[in-house]
Amino acid sequence: MAFDIGLALLVLGVGAWTVAARDTFAAVVGFVAYGLLLALLWVRLAAPDVALTEAALGSGLTGGLLVSASTRLRRAETRAVDERQPASLRLAAAVLCTLVSAGVAAIVLLLPEPAPTLAPQAMVNMAATGLGNPVTAVLMAYRAIDTLLETVVLLLALVGIWSLAPDRVWGGVPGPRHQAEPDGLLTFIAQLLVPVGILVGIHIFWVGSVAPGGEFQGATILAAMWILAMMAGLVDAPAVNRRWLRLMLVAGPAVFLTIGLTGFAVAGSFLAYPEPHAKLLILMIEIPVTLSIAATLALLVAGPPERAPGR
Amino acid sequence: MSAALNGLTILAVCAGAFFFLAGTVGLLRFPDTLSRLHALTKADNLGLGLVVLGLLFQAEGLLAALKLISVWLLALLAGATVTQLIAHTARPSGPQA
Amino acid sequence: MLGSSLKHPAMADFLFAAAGLVLAMVAAGLARILWGPGDADRIMAAQLLGTGGIAALLLLGEATNVPAALDVALTLVLLAAFISVAFVKGATRSEADGA
Repeated sequence: MAFDIGLALLVLGVGAWTVAARDTFAAVVGFVAYGLLLALLWVRLAAPDVALTEAALGSGLTGGLLVSASTRLRRAETRAVDERQPASLRLAAAVLCTLVSAGVAAIVLLLPEPAPTLAPQAMVNMAATGLGNPVTAVLMAYRAIDTLLETVVLLLALVGIWSLAPDRVWGGVPGPRHQAEPDGLLTFIAQLLVPVGILVGIHIFWVGSVAPGGEFQGATILAAMWILAMMAGLVDAPAVNRRWLRLMLVAGPAVFLTIGLTGFAVAGSFLAYPEPHAKLLILMIEIPVTLSIAATLALLVAGPPERAPGR
Repeated sequence: MSAALNGLTILAVCAGAFFFLAGTVGLLRFPDTLSRLHALTKADNLGLGLVVLGLLFQAEGLLAALKLISVWLLALLAGATVTQLIAHTARPSGPQA
Repeated sequence: MLGSSLKHPAMADFLFAAAGLVLAMVAAGLARILWGPGDADRIMAAQLLGTGGIAALLLLGEATNVPAALDVALTLVLLAAFISVAFVKGATRSEADGA
């Protein structure tokens, strides 16, 4: 009990500090710390799948995205800090946030005992999907349409970022050229960490069918390892007009959509799986989706093209 | 047998918590960035290592034990090299407002 | 193999308390470092939170019998390494550009 209160207070404290921090970089560090504490909180609530996603995607990868954003904004920082919004606007924002928090707290605290839930039905029907992890069953079978739309949304976000490239480097290479010192620290850490990270990423993806894990978490780890290799100068980012890259990005959603459409013919509706082949179909979707998501996330963090495409 | 394992776990975890305490005290008391970095790495290496050792005695199966050791080794690797990187950053820059 | 699925309740309580202690240590260290001047101090705060958080996570997972906490810890340590490198690159890049 004391642990829970302490953890909740720590989460609130770090959150408040992140909001109050004057410097964007400091706020990003606070945000990553906040995400890590949230992952702890989810484990405390016995929701390890959410904890995995929070740790990998919510805190780690988003943190990487925010750091590159904050460094780009640093030059404009001093001007922005001097402008302060009028007090009435800030007060209105504070009141709105308080109302939303109070509303959510009220909903959670006023739930009937036992709270209405679909969990028993999800568990009962899981055998038909051939999966052992109910969270994956929800993501890939009961609500596969949501997962499909998520992959498409990520792709659209990437297109949006690419569209920020100036005309002269259109279709070019994202990010600066990171210099690799052959005997340097960064090269050392990348050469050791990246292979291990790839193994762990594949493991988390594979184990998702029977234990907490799955394609989004595994893909995020793979993406982080690719970005690490790029930051250490081990590999250079690919030019965004490369055909193989674009095929890799599109493969996941395309396969997902195709299997979804064949569901009309084979099992009666969009994204319906014929029962004996459900697990195989889910696997056939998951593998390209993992690769596509990993590439999409890595390129999201890499940013818009900054150098002209070679060749 | 299980009582002996539990005893070892308690010992190792207590020692690990002590090193975290020592690391934090150093962090709070040392005057400048580089010496704070020094205190930080002690907590990293020894605190986490002892906690992992204690939990190894409670581990269920070889895979769990391997994962525990990997977590510690990866934390060691990341901590040691990143600390060096941070030190390079700290040296040229002074405190910023 | 080592250990048994039937945890002595006192052991679970002890591990829980240890997790709380480690977290308290991390909180105390954070309070100091987050107000520290300079980017290096802030990156160290994240590093401390990462290591302490992973230790607390492992203890918590064992205490509440959530075996997947180990996978979460593995993920955290990899992403922590990645984000630390990103922070250092971000801090050095902005200095090179002239803040």
